[in-house]
Amino acid sequence: MKTWMPIAAVVVLLAAVPVVASNVVLNFLVVALMIALAGQGWNILGGYGGQYSFGHAAFFGTGAYVTAILQARYGVNAWAAFALGIAAGALVGAVIGGLTFRSGLRGSYFALVTLAFAEVLRILASVAPITGAGVGTLVKLDLRVGAMQFHSRAVFYWLILALVAAALAITRLIERSRFGVWLVAVRENEDAAVALGVDATAVKLAAMAISGAITAAAGGFYVQYFLFIDSGLAYGTWISIDALLTPIIGGVGTVFGPLLGALVARALGEAAQWLTGDAPGLDLVAYGAVLVLVIAFMPRGLIGGLADLRRLMTRRAAPAAGEASHG
Amino acid sequence: MCRPRHDLRSVVFSPAILTAAIVNGLLTGAVYALVALGLTLVYGVLHIINFAHGALLTAAMFAAFFAYQQLGLDPYVAAFLLAPLFFALGYALQRLVIGPASHGDDRNMLLVTLGLAVIIENALLYAFRADTRTIDLPYAFATFNIGITFIAVPRLIGFAAVFAVALALWLLMTMTDIGRAIRAVAKEKLGAQLAGIDVAHVYAVTFGLGAACVAIAACLLIPSYYVNPTAGNAFVLVAFTIVVLGGMGSVPGALIGGLVVGVVESLSSLFLGDSLGQVGIFIIFIAVLLVRPSGLFGARA
Amino acid sequence: MAEPLLAVERVSRRFGGLLAVNAASLAAPQGRITALIGPNGAGKTTLFAIISGFLKPSDGAVRYAGENITGEPPHKLARRGIARTFQIVQPFTGLTVRENILVGAHLRHRAREAALALAEHVAREVGLADRLDRPADTLTVAGRKRLELARALATEPKLLLLDEVLAGLNPSEIRDIVPVIQGLRDRGITIVMIEHVMQAVMSLAEHVFVLAEGRIIAEGTPAQVAADPAVIEAYLGHGAAARLGGAHGH
Repeated sequence: MKTWMPIAAVVVLLAAVPVVASNVVLNFLVVALMIALAGQGWNILGGYGGQYSFGHAAFFGTGAYVTAILQARYGVNAWAAFALGIAAGALVGAVIGGLTFRSGLRGSYFALVTLAFAEVLRILASVAPITGAGVGTLVKLDLRVGAMQFHSRAVFYWLILALVAAALAITRLIERSRFGVWLVAVRENEDAAVALGVDATAVKLAAMAISGAITAAAGGFYVQYFLFIDSGLAYGTWISIDALLTPIIGGVGTVFGPLLGALVARALGEAAQWLTGDAPGLDLVAYGAVLVLVIAFMPRGLIGGLADLRRLMTRRAAPAAGEASHG
Repeated sequence: MCRPRHDLRSVVFSPAILTAAIVNGLLTGAVYALVALGLTLVYGVLHIINFAHGALLTAAMFAAFFAYQQLGLDPYVAAFLLAPLFFALGYALQRLVIGPASHGDDRNMLLVTLGLAVIIENALLYAFRADTRTIDLPYAFATFNIGITFIAVPRLIGFAAVFAVALALWLLMTMTDIGRAIRAVAKEKLGAQLAGIDVAHVYAVTFGLGAACVAIAACLLIPSYYVNPTAGNAFVLVAFTIVVLGGMGSVPGALIGGLVVGVVESLSSLFLGDSLGQVGIFIIFIAVLLVRPSGLFGARA
Repeated sequence: MAEPLLAVERVSRRFGGLLAVNAASLAAPQGRITALIGPNGAGKTTLFAIISGFLKPSDGAVRYAGENITGEPPHKLARRGIARTFQIVQPFTGLTVRENILVGAHLRHRAREAALALAEHVAREVGLADRLDRPADTLTVAGRKRLELARALATEPKLLLLDEVLAGLNPSEIRDIVPVIQGLRDRGITIVMIEHVMQAVMSLAEHVFVLAEGRIIAEGTPAQVAADPAVIEAYLGHGAAARLGGAHGH
C-alpha cells in the first residue's frame, strides 16, 4: 500500500544498522531516536495542530518520573510502569490543554503557559520527596527483558526504533483521518474551521493528549536506558527545545520531519562539541543559531525545502489524485 | 505540606515578621514589575511574548557586574550607561534579526526569540562558566528604619527607581511623537502603516525600550542577588506570571501585578519555606488562567 | 404560511455604548432566497455573526426549524445544517482546493473516500473541478469566492448564509455565479444573503429585509423595497425620496 511503503522502507533500513554499526554509533543513534520520538509528539500538536508548545518537557518528565517511581518505590513491573507513564503523559496533556484551550488562549499565550507548566513541574520535582528531590531517582540495574533492560545496546536500539516506527504510523494515520484533516484546518484558520463544523477545542485537546503520550514514551525510555532521572533532566528546557527544534529542522507537519531533524540536530550537536572541545554551552549556542537560521531561511524545514524543489521541477506534471501536498 | 508547630506559631505569625515580609515583598515586587514592564510593552505592541527577555536580563546583570568590577561603577550609576546601551542592543536585535528572520509570522517570531534566548544564555555560560558571582557594595547591608520594620537601602532605592522609570515611560508615551506612534501601532498596525508610520522602526524602538527596562532592573537587582548564567530565568518566569496576572499589554497591570506577586512570594516563602516560595507564584498563575485569563487589566479574549 | 426555517426575533447587540443591532427581526422561508441589505455600517455583518453563532446577542432569540439556537457555537450550528461564508474570504491557504473542501465534507462523512468523493462532486457543482489540486492561495478572487461556497456546501447544509459573496466580482463573474446560487435554491437549500450588489439582489432574492442603523426599516419583495421611501432615504440621505419624486429605485 502506497501510504505505508516509505515508513516500512525507512524502518527496515534503520533496523539493519546494528549489524554494521559500532557501539559509539549505536549510542548516538539511540539518543537521536529518543529525541526524535519526543519531537514526534511535539509535531502532532505543533506541526499538524499549529499550537507551538515551549514546554514539552512537562510530558517527557512525567513519563520519565512515572516510569521510574513506579518501579523504584512501588515495585511495579517495568513494562507496566512504562505504559502508565505514557498514560500519565496523555493525562497531563489533557489537563494543560483543558485549562489553556478552554479559555481560548492561543499563540504567544499558549507557548507561555506550556513553558510555565514545565517550569512548575521542574521546581516541584526538585523538592518533592517522592521524586527524590534534588538527588533524583535511580532505577535498579536488572538486566532482564521483563524489567525492560537489556544487555545489548542493539536491543535498546530496536526498542526505541519500534517506538519511533509506531509514532510514524500514528502520525500517518492521523494525516489520513478526519481528525487529522480537522486538526490541520484548525491550524490554518480556526474561525473558518469552526464555521465548517469543527469542534476546535475538542480537536486541540485530543491532539495535546496524543502529543503528551508520545513524548512521555520518550521520557520513559530515557529512564530505562540511563537508569536515572532528576528534575533538571526530566523537566529541563533542554528537552523542551529539542522537542521543538527537531520537527522544525526536519519539517513541521510532516511524518518524517522529526526523525530527519533529530538525526541532523544530533549530528550538529556532536560536531559542535567535537569542534569546541566539550566547552559547556557552545553546542547549545549552535542549536539556538540553527533554530534562528532555519526559521529565517528554511521555515518549512528540510523536507519542506525538498518538496519545494520537487514542485519546481515537476511543475507541468499532473499530481496524483488524492495525494496530499502539504503546506 | 508542613504546619508550624504550636510552639513556633507565635513566632511565625507575629505582626512584625508579617509586616517585614509584606514590605520586602513590595520592594522586590517593584523590581519584578520593572522586568514585567519590558515584557508587557513588547507584547502590547508586537503582540508576541519575547522569550529572550530573561536572557537579556542575565546579560544585563553580567554587564552591570563587569561595570562594577572593571570600571568601578556603582550599579545605580551604571544604569545610566547600560540603559541606552541595551536599548541599542534591543533595537538592533529586532530590526536586524528577529524582524527579518520571522517573515512577519507571529509563531516564527516566538521561535526566533526562543532561539536567541538559547544563544545568549549559553554564550554567557561558555564565556563565564556556571560560577555565581556577587558584588559587594559598601552600603548593601545598610538598612533604613521606617518605624514598623527595617528596609535594606538598595531595595528602597530600587523601589523608587522603578516608579521613576514608569513615570518616564508614561511621559514618553503621552508626550512624544515616537510615543504616539508606538501607541498607534499597538492599537491598529495597518492603520498606522497607512498613516505613514514606519512600523519596523516602531517595533524596534519598543523592543529597545523593553531591553532598557531590563538593563535598569538588572542594575537594581545586582546589589542583592547572585549573578550566573541562569539568573535571568528565575526572574523571567515571575515576570511571565505578572504579565498574565496584570493583563497582557497593560502597563498598570504590570506594576500592580508585580507588587502583588512580590508580596505573595514573600509570604509563601515565610509559610512554606524558601524553596517553595516560587510555587505560590505559580499557583497565582494557574488560578488566573482558570478564573480570568485576560488578567486584571487585560482586554477580554 | 409555513414556519420559516430561520426566524430572528427582536435581536439586539450592544458593544459598550453602541447599539449595533436594535430589535431586528427577520424570517427566511424554507427553500427561498432571502436578502438582507442596507447601507454600510447598518449592522448586517453583526447580525450575521449572531445568526451564525460567532456572537451572542444582548437580547432576542434566533430560531432554526422551530428550535431556539440562540448563542449556540458555530460548530454546533454547522452540524444542525447552518453553513456560512465569510465576507473576507478565509481559505485554508496552505492547502489545495480539494483539501479545503474536504474539511467541510468530513462533517457528515467520517471515511476519507466518501468525503473526497463529496468534495469532488461539490467542486463540480460550483465550477472548481478544473482547479482541484491547485493551492488555494493561487485562486483568483472569483475562484476564492467559489471555494468559500464549495466548502460551506460540502457540509450539506439546509440553510446557507452568504456574506457578500458577490463582493469584489466583476459583472461577468457575477453573471456566472448567480446561476450557481439559483441552482442551490432549486435543489432545496434555503439561502440568506447579505448583499450590496443591487442588480444581483433584485434578480436573485424573493424576499428582502432592509437594515439601517441597526433596525429593520422595510421588508417585502425586491420591487416593493426598492420603491419604499424609507429605504431610499437610508441609502441616499434625508429628503432623497422627495427629491426623486417617488421614482423607482435603481
